[in-house]
Amino acid sequence: MLYREAGQFKTTYAADQQIFPIRQDRIGVIALLVVAFIGVPLFASEYWFSAILIPFLIFALAALGLNVLTGYAGQLSLGSAAFMAVGAYAAYNFQLRIEGIPILVSFICAGLTAAGVGILFGLPSLRIKGFYLAVATLAAQFFIVWCLTKFPWLSNNSSSGVISTQRLIIFGHELTTPVEKYLLVLSIVVVMALAAKNMVRSATGRAWMAVRDMDVAASVIGIKLMPTKLLAFAVSSFYCGVAGALYAFCYLGSVEPDGFSLEMSFKILFMIIIGGVGSIMGSFLGAAFILLLPIFLDIALPFFAELFGLPFSSATVSHIQITVFGALIMFFLIVEPHGLARLWQIAKEKLRLWPFPH
Amino acid sequence: MIKNFKPAIAAAAVSLAMMSQMAVAAEEQFFPLIDYRVGPYGSNGQAFYGGFIDYLNYVNLKEKGVNGVQMTYEECETEYNNAKGVECYERLKGKAAKSAGPLHTMSTGISYALIDKSAQDKLPLAMMGYGRTDAVDGSVFPYAFPLVTTYQMQASAIVKFLKDKNGGSLAGKKIVYLYHDSAYGKEAIVALNAEAALNKFELVQIPVAHPGNEQGAQWLKIRQEKPDFVIFWGWGVMNQTALKAAQKVAFPREKMIGSWWTGSEEDVIPAGEAAKGYMAATWNVAGKQVPVIADIEKVVYGAGKGNLQDKAKIGTILYNRGVSAAVLSVEAIRKGQEKYGKGKALTGEQTRWALENLNINDARLKVLGATDLLPEIKTSCDNHEGSGKVKIQQWDGAKWVPVSGWIEGNKALIHPLFQASAKQYAKEKGITPRDCSKEK
Repeated sequence: MLYREAGQFKTTYAADQQIFPIRQDRIGVIALLVVAFIGVPLFASEYWFSAILIPFLIFALAALGLNVLTGYAGQLSLGSAAFMAVGAYAAYNFQLRIEGIPILVSFICAGLTAAGVGILFGLPSLRIKGFYLAVATLAAQFFIVWCLTKFPWLSNNSSSGVISTQRLIIFGHELTTPVEKYLLVLSIVVVMALAAKNMVRSATGRAWMAVRDMDVAASVIGIKLMPTKLLAFAVSSFYCGVAGALYAFCYLGSVEPDGFSLEMSFKILFMIIIGGVGSIMGSFLGAAFILLLPIFLDIALPFFAELFGLPFSSATVSHIQITVFGALIMFFLIVEPHGLARLWQIAKEKLRLWPFPH
Repeated sequence: MIKNFKPAIAAAAVSLAMMSQMAVAAEEQFFPLIDYRVGPYGSNGQAFYGGFIDYLNYVNLKEKGVNGVQMTYEECETEYNNAKGVECYERLKGKAAKSAGPLHTMSTGISYALIDKSAQDKLPLAMMGYGRTDAVDGSVFPYAFPLVTTYQMQASAIVKFLKDKNGGSLAGKKIVYLYHDSAYGKEAIVALNAEAALNKFELVQIPVAHPGNEQGAQWLKIRQEKPDFVIFWGWGVMNQTALKAAQKVAFPREKMIGSWWTGSEEDVIPAGEAAKGYMAATWNVAGKQVPVIADIEKVVYGAGKGNLQDKAKIGTILYNRGVSAAVLSVEAIRKGQEKYGKGKALTGEQTRWALENLNINDARLKVLGATDLLPEIKTSCDNHEGSGKVKIQQWDGAKWVPVSGWIEGNKALIHPLFQASAKQYAKEKGITPRDCSKEK
């Protein structure tokens, strides 16, 4: 009843081709955006902005990047964190070396730099695939981190290799408060998410999916494998690069190469596996799950411990958290191997038939 | 089910009520503890923060707090992870707005991430022995305190020690710098280069990739180079590996001298016989012969309020270091109360002033029962380090034995490096440095 398409007729191609063809979806998305842009800044506390919402959006963006590559184009990659590092260091250097460059331009340039590096490391994908490719992208992970430590020029000769990001000035206004940073990150993420959603519906996206499903068949029907695969690497790295720049400028404020470790790449990979491989929304759901659940447990466990008089130290909480987290991941993947996005899709389908399922 | 939990709920309710009553009754000085007890360096964190918390409780039990102000704390587990550290900081920040002692992160990465934030929120960040080391220049970094010593000053002090050992000159000698290839390992290079130019010794730099459990190639190189000394900047599992590797290539451990991260029991005991004779810098001695450590064991553990589960850690280097960090923090609170009113909790801003005006001399340390737990410290606006001294200790196979007095690094050589670096930072960030001559 709630989710019924009956009566929604599309009479033009434009109406048929819009991003959200169902009216309820459109209303839902607009409501969500209104809440995110207006409601949240009115009510959320500083802790929520700087410790939860900003990292959530940034990781969702990185997961989106990986999802384009792995979920849509079917190329496994373990180098997402490295591409984020490229973005972070590139944005820092553009700001540092080009006098008066607007910060948003250097974010875009950071994305482009990451895209370039991504193409470079995507080249092996023309010959190898699957797990073998994953191992090849692992090289990116190690090489880039090594490179950032090895060449002090990249970190402006900082003795420790750690960079401290410049001030965020947009149109002469300096962003200092967490709310402002949140709004900046949110705007960028919304624009890029909508762009990704459109991209995967376009001819490019369909070509990616054709390559993912069977590359031989794809090339038989006239899809050129090389540009298609490399484009997927470029777009994916662009997203990761921008996420990295935001991670450095809007979240941590200072980053070191070692921070972009293999562990972080795995985290992003888990996000898309849990959230849903090949789904834009899944990237967001996965990022929320991976980032928020540990924080939730961290806060909830001591509360329950006190309630029941259990002798918990902060170390015990940390251990329990890791265990519960692992168990939940297993549970989810057994119950729904296609991730949280698939659960949401099933819910929508059920709502469509409700209250008369057949 | 409910029935079983009733006593627990009742107890929780009673204790909550008691806690809220206490909050009304007495002033409380809150310490936000962004600590780690699990993760790659968990065992170090356990000893350090165990000592820190034990001393806070000791002050509460022994003298009912500082002028009646009780020391309280809340822990948040970071697992030595930068992003988690930021999350923890944001979580504890609200509580710290009312009253805050210095924040000890025991992690260079987390400190770097918090430097700007803490200055903005007016919460003082204490980085004892680590850095951002150029925060020694307080005119650019008002809220960051690399107290006691920095990597650069420590490297300089080690060179001075070697020089004295070598009859006052290192000219023509060869020193290998074997280091963890990370921010931590690289910080000392700039100081060692300056020392090499000054003292005319040859410096050979050999990096070890993280985590450092494979050092065959490096030690082969050391054997070829035949250095007179090895200055060693290791971390975690890398330390014991280096000691064992040195034994394998028969490099005398008496000629190996490490930084303060390489000189705890956790580093040498696993290396066994290979560690005998090895030296390391430190800014506190190990053992329970320090009166305050023995007293903590008696008072705090006697009352059943000890923080450590493994009591064997009491008196180890890292435990004593945690205590020394707490001693310094509590002394800062005491100092601040002299200015802002006795018996009142200090805000972060007030604690910052206190940290910048510390003056803990040997007489005061003796009163505290903390002789040799810290060197003398006198901080000011343009010197957030306050000391720059370390001791050299040697592992005799069973315990650490101090083999030198307090050695101060070459301040005239090193501190200008900090100022130059701080100046560059100020320029990058658009900070106008304070005028230190106007600070009181």
